[in-house]
Amino acid sequence: MKRHALSTRIWHWVNAVSLVVLFMSGLNISNAHRRLYWGEWGFAPEQAWLHIARFPGWATIPGYYSLAKARDWHVLFAWVFGLSLLLFLIAALINGHLRRDLSSHRHEWRLSSIRTDLAAHLRLRFASASGKYNFLQKTSYSLVIFILLPLMILTGMAMSPGMDAAWPFLSQMFGGRQSARSIHFIVAWALFAFTVGHVLLVLLNKPIGNLIAMFTGGRIDETA
Amino acid sequence: MKRRSVLAGLAAAFTAGCAKVGESETFASLVDGAEKLHRGAHRLLGGRQAMAREYSVADISPYFRGNGNTDIETDFYRAHQASNFADWRLEVRGLVDRPLSLTMNQIRALPQRTQITRHDCVEGWSAIGQWTGPQLSAILDAAGLQDGARFIVFRCADDFRGIPYYESCDLDDAFHPQTLIAHELNGEPLPVRNGAPLRLRIERQLGYKHAKYLTAIEAVASLDGIGAGGGGYWQDRGYQWYAGI
Repeated sequence: MKRHALSTRIWHWVNAVSLVVLFMSGLNISNAHRRLYWGEWGFAPEQAWLHIARFPGWATIPGYYSLAKARDWHVLFAWVFGLSLLLFLIAALINGHLRRDLSSHRHEWRLSSIRTDLAAHLRLRFASASGKYNFLQKTSYSLVIFILLPLMILTGMAMSPGMDAAWPFLSQMFGGRQSARSIHFIVAWALFAFTVGHVLLVLLNKPIGNLIAMFTGGRIDETA
Repeated sequence: MKRRSVLAGLAAAFTAGCAKVGESETFASLVDGAEKLHRGAHRLLGGRQAMAREYSVADISPYFRGNGNTDIETDFYRAHQASNFADWRLEVRGLVDRPLSLTMNQIRALPQRTQITRHDCVEGWSAIGQWTGPQLSAILDAAGLQDGARFIVFRCADDFRGIPYYESCDLDDAFHPQTLIAHELNGEPLPVRNGAPLRLRIERQLGYKHAKYLTAIEAVASLDGIGAGGGGYWQDRGYQWYAGI
């Protein structure tokens, strides 16, 4: 049996590219108005809860300030991002990936076993050869797939005035349009932090083999 | 420090690749496709006449930010400003049976609608204000729209470095109940920074669609040949015509 299903591998790389494009074009959009607010409205410095630094050209798409072009990239890749996540979730539900690999058992939530898992993680001992995720992997992947990624989609849609007329409950459930915009920004950086951690852990644990497995599917080592 | 320069190098290589893609015709047609998809999806999910949310008096922002052009330094505008816009006129022309030249008194004599709505700027900020004015549909009905008309173009008194501001919308938005020719903000005549004496309210779209300093409304069959053909000043500079997202 393969370690990663074809649908998982395709989604992983499509998602990686769309997240990078969305993040970098998002930083360009952020440069258009570098303040965040809570509630429905906000436009002046004294109403802001956060003043954001200007992001440099090398970190943005396009590589110079253009709100029009950055929005073109952002709303186009939003479709790639949203639809690929939906298709992946359907496939993962059908092929058992969610039930088999991502759901955790009650005993894994005990403080003692979390401590054991964490200690093994800090000593860079991973049990990935068995094809099974440990508790920390399960919870962080689940947090990303079921909470952070959907939050990006919902807060993104909540900011659209056309969507707000069609589905007003979206921005209302986040406490207003400017709150949705703030949450969009926070979760984007949470995903950035996850990605950095994710890449670092791959680099520290058989990087070449893990990377190849994410393209070919790899094999589960039954003896591990 | 070294790792950071590697990261910056990777990002630079990636953005250089994106720049190539971004200038291709394929990318342009994908973006146009997405724009049509957004309009279609919004109209499908909420209906063509979905109403923008309306707020209570308590929700109104302490003041309403002015953006883009916030004043017009022409003799024409200064003269009208000096007389409190008493002689300002709004022309209704193009593919209509009865071209009109409406005075401010005639505009104020039409049935009025008052709505408290949220204004979302493309830059990211929002403000809530109360707008009063006749529905655009009432003015278009008075002029009698001809069969060939497919878009409404809004002409403005302001410009950016000599290039006049203009906007346009489709007939769904033109006849939407919340689409107003507003002459009051928060119960007072429109301030100059917000488009005195007349501005468009087109509530389901971003701020740049809400043309200020209105001088004329034109019914047209096509947006070709108007400005650079994009359907608005900002559209001619790369912004999307459907600004519902």
